[in-house]
Amino acid sequence: MQRGLDSETKKQLEEEEKKIISEEHWSFIIEEQSFLLCEDLLYGRMSFRGFNPEVEKLMLQMNAKHKAEEVEDETVELDVSDEEMARRYETLVGTIGKKFARKRDHANYEEDENGDITPIKAKKMFLKPQD
Amino acid sequence: MAEPASVAAESLAGSRARAARTVLGQVVLPGEELLLPEQEDAEGPGGAVERPLSLNARACSRVRVVCGPGLRRCGDRLLVTKCGRLRHKEPGSGSGGGVYWVDSQQKRYVPVKGDHVIGIVTAKSGDIFKVDVGGSEPASLSYLSFEGATKRNRPNVGDLIYGQFVVANKDMEPEMVCIDSCGRANGMGVIGQDGLLFKVTLGLIRKLLAPDCEIIQEVGKLYPLEIVFGMNGRIWVKAKTIQQTLILANILEACEHMTSDQRKQIFSRLAES
Repeated sequence: MQRGLDSETKKQLEEEEKKIISEEHWSFIIEEQSFLLCEDLLYGRMSFRGFNPEVEKLMLQMNAKHKAEEVEDETVELDVSDEEMARRYETLVGTIGKKFARKRDHANYEEDENGDITPIKAKKMFLKPQD
Repeated sequence: MAEPASVAAESLAGSRARAARTVLGQVVLPGEELLLPEQEDAEGPGGAVERPLSLNARACSRVRVVCGPGLRRCGDRLLVTKCGRLRHKEPGSGSGGGVYWVDSQQKRYVPVKGDHVIGIVTAKSGDIFKVDVGGSEPASLSYLSFEGATKRNRPNVGDLIYGQFVVANKDMEPEMVCIDSCGRANGMGVIGQDGLLFKVTLGLIRKLLAPDCEIIQEVGKLYPLEIVFGMNGRIWVKAKTIQQTLILANILEACEHMTSDQRKQIFSRLAES
């Protein structure tokens, strides 16, 4: 019993494949049964005069995507701006650090008038007495 | 309509393929063969001398042509399989050739991959729902193909679903999902309570979803409402009262056979009342 194809039939199949490929090279006709390629159709869900606000938002999104080639990220509104994020993070490091600081290190975290935490730069270290 | 019929009969009797370019916008009948633009030069008279040269030119100028619904590839030509008007769309980003299709009319829907349709859940079996989409067999919809799919967040039998096909060919059972390739719902999923579902022809759906459709613009000015269009010929409408919903359904069903004047009359009467 032979499993698989013998060498002759393999060769025939290869030749047929090559023929098909070279024929395709000549005729670039592609069949598609979908109307999406043919006609620019709008998005299928619609809402008018505020009946369903989510659908109205979707309508703007989907139809804009269909018209513009690239979605512009500028229109996406950030909840928190970058500057505010940087400021918050700066103070956040201080407040979390306070949690883990021991009693002696509390001196480093003195608050000034505004309530901002400014760490004292000079740390007190042992100074060896000069002779 | 006598003129296009006689032209078509002539060409069938002569059994000469016509150039697709010359037939744009005219009625074509199934069985006609259409020539693509590159082939016209070789078929024309007096091309015998130029043939050796044109063979090389043809290889370079082969562009990719897409044949859409109603057309099939037959060797190097297009074969018409549905009766209707031949349409063409130029390629937008220069990928060559453009799209040809036949604008036909039918009521029976055949599932096509990528189409957004409205389905009715008919059965639950194992891990999947069976959804009736108006095709030859019910489509299958997996429990997990919803955004935020949980045990509680599932459709019941009898719910309306707006989804798209991921698998739809003549050899396999159609499969649909309610999420897109990124995993977001994008408006798909269970359609809410109330409202009315009715059936129209497929051509009307495409006409209403065209970007410059006047009917939809006028309807939107009447009163607050919500509409969902399924490419399988189903439309779901909802308005604040039952009467408004019924009026809307009647308008959409009837607008297929009305002229624009009749339509404007009806809208102005509605706006008054």
